[in-house]
Amino acid sequence: MSDVKKFLYVNRKAPYGTIYALESLEVVLIGAAFDQDVSLAFLDDGVFQLTRDQNTDGIGVKNFSPTFRALGDYDVTRLYVEKESLDERGLTADDLQEIMYEDEDDDWAEKPAIRIVSRAEMTDIMAEQDVILSF
Amino acid sequence: MEYQVNGKTIPADEEGYITNLDDWSPELAEEIAKTENIEMDEERWEVVNFLRDYYQEYQIAPAVRVLIKAIKKSMGPEKGNNKYMYELFPYGPAKQACKIAGLPKPTGCV
Repeated sequence: MSDVKKFLYVNRKAPYGTIYALESLEVVLIGAAFDQDVSLAFLDDGVFQLTRDQNTDGIGVKNFSPTFRALGDYDVTRLYVEKESLDERGLTADDLQEIMYEDEDDDWAEKPAIRIVSRAEMTDIMAEQDVILSF
Repeated sequence: MEYQVNGKTIPADEEGYITNLDDWSPELAEEIAKTENIEMDEERWEVVNFLRDYYQEYQIAPAVRVLIKAIKKSMGPEKGNNKYMYELFPYGPAKQACKIAGLPKPTGCV
């Protein structure tokens, strides 16, 4: 009955040095206009995209990390981060910026969009998708 | 394309979005509005300033749907609706207001 498909954008690369991370985010923002079920996954070096207090002054490119906080406005409310990828890089959930969204179905309560999941859970999340786009 | 403000030349792309975001000033906004056939008043300034704040916080120019939703949240439903916003900016609230606010073309605006 419904044409809504589940889209997962998989982010595996560090935020700067290549164009992948920024391009992925742009595609997410554009794709969000089409009323699909969109979520994001961060694994491998992709977890660095969400680290807090990024400063790009020294490399002369735009710091786009604040844009992740706008995803809630675009109805993108699930950012899955793989725990093993964090562990392997000496990172914890506290190293990631806080990204909140307002839950329309729960009187606009503010909730965290980042969900730390295990590698096994990530496998299940991927298995549920109709479309996976890898960056 | 380019704009002239107080004897200074401000470069812009072929659609009229300024090239260097730091070139923006309220006087330039009035000038851009003129080329869009828009008379800036309090209501329009409210939207333009809202967009500049949004960009400052999130580093993006929001799509029109997102802009109207955000305006609704911050200023109420009598302003956060399509009719009101299109009356202020007939050729697209996000597109025209972003241009006047000195922001890039909204992401997702094709």
